[in-house]
Amino acid sequence: MVERRPLLSVLSHVVLLIGVLVVAFPVYLTFVASTHTAEAIVQAPMPLLPGDQFFHNYAAALTGSEHGQGSAAPVGRMMWISLVTALVIAFGKIAISLLSAFAIVYFRFPFKQLVFWSIFVTLMLPVEVRIFPTYQVVSDLGMLNTYAGLTIPLIASATATFLFRQFFMTVPDELVEAARMDGAGPMRFFKDVLVPLSATSIAALFVIQFIYGWNQYLWPLLVTTNENMYPVVIGIKRMISGGDSAQQWNLVMATAILAMLPPALVVMLMQKWFVKGLVDTEK
Amino acid sequence: MAVEKRVVFRSAWLPWALIAPQALVIGVFFFWPAAQAILQSVQQQDAFGISTEWVGFANFQRIFSDPSYIESFKTTAIFSLLVAVGGIVLSLLLAVFADRVVRGALAYKTLLIWPYAVAPAVAGVLWLFMFAPSIGVVSYGLRQMGISWNSLLNANDAMTLIVLAAIWKQISYNFLFFLAGLNSIPKSLIEAAAIDGARPWRRFWTIVFPLLSPTTFFLLVINIVYAFFDTFGIIDAATEGGPGKDTAVLVYKVYYDGFKALDLGGSAAQSVVLMAIVVTLTVIQFRFVEKKVNY
Repeated sequence: MVERRPLLSVLSHVVLLIGVLVVAFPVYLTFVASTHTAEAIVQAPMPLLPGDQFFHNYAAALTGSEHGQGSAAPVGRMMWISLVTALVIAFGKIAISLLSAFAIVYFRFPFKQLVFWSIFVTLMLPVEVRIFPTYQVVSDLGMLNTYAGLTIPLIASATATFLFRQFFMTVPDELVEAARMDGAGPMRFFKDVLVPLSATSIAALFVIQFIYGWNQYLWPLLVTTNENMYPVVIGIKRMISGGDSAQQWNLVMATAILAMLPPALVVMLMQKWFVKGLVDTEK
Repeated sequence: MAVEKRVVFRSAWLPWALIAPQALVIGVFFFWPAAQAILQSVQQQDAFGISTEWVGFANFQRIFSDPSYIESFKTTAIFSLLVAVGGIVLSLLLAVFADRVVRGALAYKTLLIWPYAVAPAVAGVLWLFMFAPSIGVVSYGLRQMGISWNSLLNANDAMTLIVLAAIWKQISYNFLFFLAGLNSIPKSLIEAAAIDGARPWRRFWTIVFPLLSPTTFFLLVINIVYAFFDTFGIIDAATEGGPGKDTAVLVYKVYYDGFKALDLGGSAAQSVVLMAIVVTLTVIQFRFVEKKVNY
């Protein structure tokens, strides 16, 4: 702060508080709705303070024991699918990108530029742009309704490769020389020097990719036709596919809270890496 | 890009083995489908996939003479402009004030960044729930104030709903980048201006805002890309492209025409048009990033 301006400071806090409240309001409302009976919610206006159905609603949602008009698959199962999907996407991307970035930075080989640029191109086209042909490939390979079908096509992008390439370029050459002097081969150098050095980048990337994987919508919508393989984000959409007021909104909202919880926790608890990951992946 | 390491390892096969997993994945799930999309865009297939006919640019002619496609372009343009400008203005406001406060700065930051973690489809459901014509709290409040609201019937209401949801989800992202941008402005510049008697309002417009312009421009591109591609979940959950086709943005139309209407050629042609748009936006962004490095 350059000078004292008490009025401006007060204004700052007021604006920020309003911002925080507006941002939090939809989620607060969701939480409130998840603690009432379905009947209490559909009577406009719905209550604005939490009710006493918390345990009942969350238990019902997790086990899928109450049937509304839409789908009523157990949310517990969906959360599991989402978790596996998000973890496979995050770790899969990190693993293949570490390897290929290592090859691109630390080796000379023919057609290197071509390889580099063909990986680079994948940055440009998100899966949304080529959904139909990608869907056909996955369906031809018999990967519909499988974890492989949910994850591998989403691993096919180069964001992480570029992040690691950039990081590897900053690693001093002396480290390679020292490793070679000590008789370490390339894989030994990779495992004992490069990967440990990349720990922060890996953590940052993990946060971003975990959220990316957990929040996928269009792709799982296409490749999962079986209720047993729905990730939780799809599950919510399927639950409200009836009408407007005929839903069991309390269960839908309990599911929404459950679906938001893991990625929100990852962002808030790993805030430092999250910010780093966000800024790095966009360079 | 042409920078090379001075010291490298030597092996004829190892680099290929290291690249193999990524090459395999992007080959099968990126290049093959992308090539298919381009191929399908110049073909006409019947609904059962039995016969395929070469039709040249007929698919493109067809989609561009289809009023609903042109309409979808307009919808996308309005939607992405509103999302980008609205999101940028609001998050800049929050970032400027967050940059000022000393007490509770971290708390504010933490409380403002988590919407990034909410899935677009979940965000759509949340906002739908608030604005649902019969049960929504906000639509009830609007009715009490004498404003009629029905996002299921009124196109403007539906557009407002998805724009709000999309901005809400993107605020945290813009906020963090603006905060980083504000942090990198040298304090001495601000102090010098203050000594010269410039008040905060004037300092913002003459120093802070111009120095933030690279960040703002970057975010503008990113937000447009976001509105184009990442908001599918919001729209599908909140309005399903309705009422009618009034909130069907381009990506939604690709999905709808391909998977619901089974018009493969048309959907593929739309995919190719989208690819051209993304590539253009990416090129703009990269040229700008290079400029920023020199700057």
